[in-house]
Amino acid sequence: MNPEDRKYTQEHEWAKVEDAAARLVAVGITHYAQDELGDIVYFDLPQVGDKVAYMEKMGEVESVKAVSDLFSPVTGQVSAVNDALIDHPELVNDDPFEAGWIVRVVLEDLAELDNLMSAADYEAYIQGTH
Amino acid sequence: MNLQTTLYQTHLDSGGRIVPFGGWDMPVQYSGILNEVKAVRTGAGIFDVSHMGRLYISGPQAAAFLDRMLTGAASTLRVGRARYCMICNESGGVIDDTIFYRLAADRYLLVPNAGNRPAVLAWFRQWLDAEFSGGGAGSVSLDDRTVETALIALQGPNSPAVLDTLCTLDDGEPASATRPFSWRNGLFQSREVFIGRTGYTGEDGFELALDAADAVPVWQALVDAGALPCGLGARDVLRLEAALPLHGHEIDPDTSPIEAGLERFVRAEGDYLGQPALQRQREQGTARKLVGLKLPGRSAPRAGYPILSGGQEVGRITSGSYSPTLDTSIAMGYVLAGYTDPGLTLAVDIRGRATPAEVAPLPFYTRS
Repeated sequence: MNPEDRKYTQEHEWAKVEDAAARLVAVGITHYAQDELGDIVYFDLPQVGDKVAYMEKMGEVESVKAVSDLFSPVTGQVSAVNDALIDHPELVNDDPFEAGWIVRVVLEDLAELDNLMSAADYEAYIQGTH
Repeated sequence: MNLQTTLYQTHLDSGGRIVPFGGWDMPVQYSGILNEVKAVRTGAGIFDVSHMGRLYISGPQAAAFLDRMLTGAASTLRVGRARYCMICNESGGVIDDTIFYRLAADRYLLVPNAGNRPAVLAWFRQWLDAEFSGGGAGSVSLDDRTVETALIALQGPNSPAVLDTLCTLDDGEPASATRPFSWRNGLFQSREVFIGRTGYTGEDGFELALDAADAVPVWQALVDAGALPCGLGARDVLRLEAALPLHGHEIDPDTSPIEAGLERFVRAEGDYLGQPALQRQREQGTARKLVGLKLPGRSAPRAGYPILSGGQEVGRITSGSYSPTLDTSIAMGYVLAGYTDPGLTLAVDIRGRATPAEVAPLPFYTRS
């Protein structure tokens, strides 16, 4: 269920290397996160050029029932924001790992990803939270 | 340990997500709140509302007792009819809001909120002892049958058609012959049901009270007939769109129905608890009033957020949500008198962002 081509956080974000030479990763939230949130209606997102830091708040995600903070799984600079989420935040419910990516970030240090969980570790982690 | 309704396992089996609510474990959603709201606005949805109370009040003094306890008259309500009103304390604060039905000249069914059932029972018993014990034991009897019975709400424009495929009245008429704010006895696939044409969604619909043992087959038959299972999440959005108050949010023991804009459910005359305080508020006005707010976009104010005018706090949000039916954010909240005119632009402090909000007439949504 959780793709093996990326790393995961305990706050249910993922980071996937898009271009290792450019230290570019895509960032999103997991299927588990979108399922827990329910119907997503609004994102408050950082802007291109903003600095984000490992496990610091980078925005908010709002479902019909609740608001949650979005944490950055990595440290770096935002190079792209998924503008489709402004009009279609439900993309993250429908396809959290691909079309529902949230931001792209240029990392300061690609090795930072070693701090994050593998798909298997994340799977074990969410099983344990039940 | 929370209570569970007889439909608990059915909710789990059909993908319901369970949350604690009012002392019960209840489904907050099944297929998704937006999908469930749409079903009720355009088709038919069903809700397990068995967590709400079923209190039977009977005896020669039942009408007089309820006249004393309720802001709406019980003695003048005709048998067969239902009424919405408040149970107020002596300061005019709302202990609970309720729908009650007159079953017979000397018998009523009253439906309190789940979490308020113990408080309502205690309040009723206190006043029974204080003022209604003189007529001899049994002059008023109070029978809580919440656990032995179930309550299923069928709501939405298609609900009459759905119910008619499964249920007839005891005289053979279709179930949908039950009139708004009235009740009838019916046979639902040979099971006895009490049919009230009421609800909490702003749509046409029914609330079916039945033996707890019959709840699962009745629920399943309604689903098979096309009603979508809906949870508390959708119910909260639907009632907010229809500007129906939720106890603990718009009303509570420190808030009066006059402040909440519920004057039409409060008798001007009558010797009921809270009447002098409420009459004073009616004549002199209140310092604050409940208003509706509309905000552009989908980011919703939540309960407790400050309402601002010129940067100063003039009130607080009581409920807010994205409204899928209106595709904008809506909220209700209390503001100081002077900030209540529809069209007035205020702001809501949404986690540090002062977001413009226009005072809007209530309800936000009325069915056509």
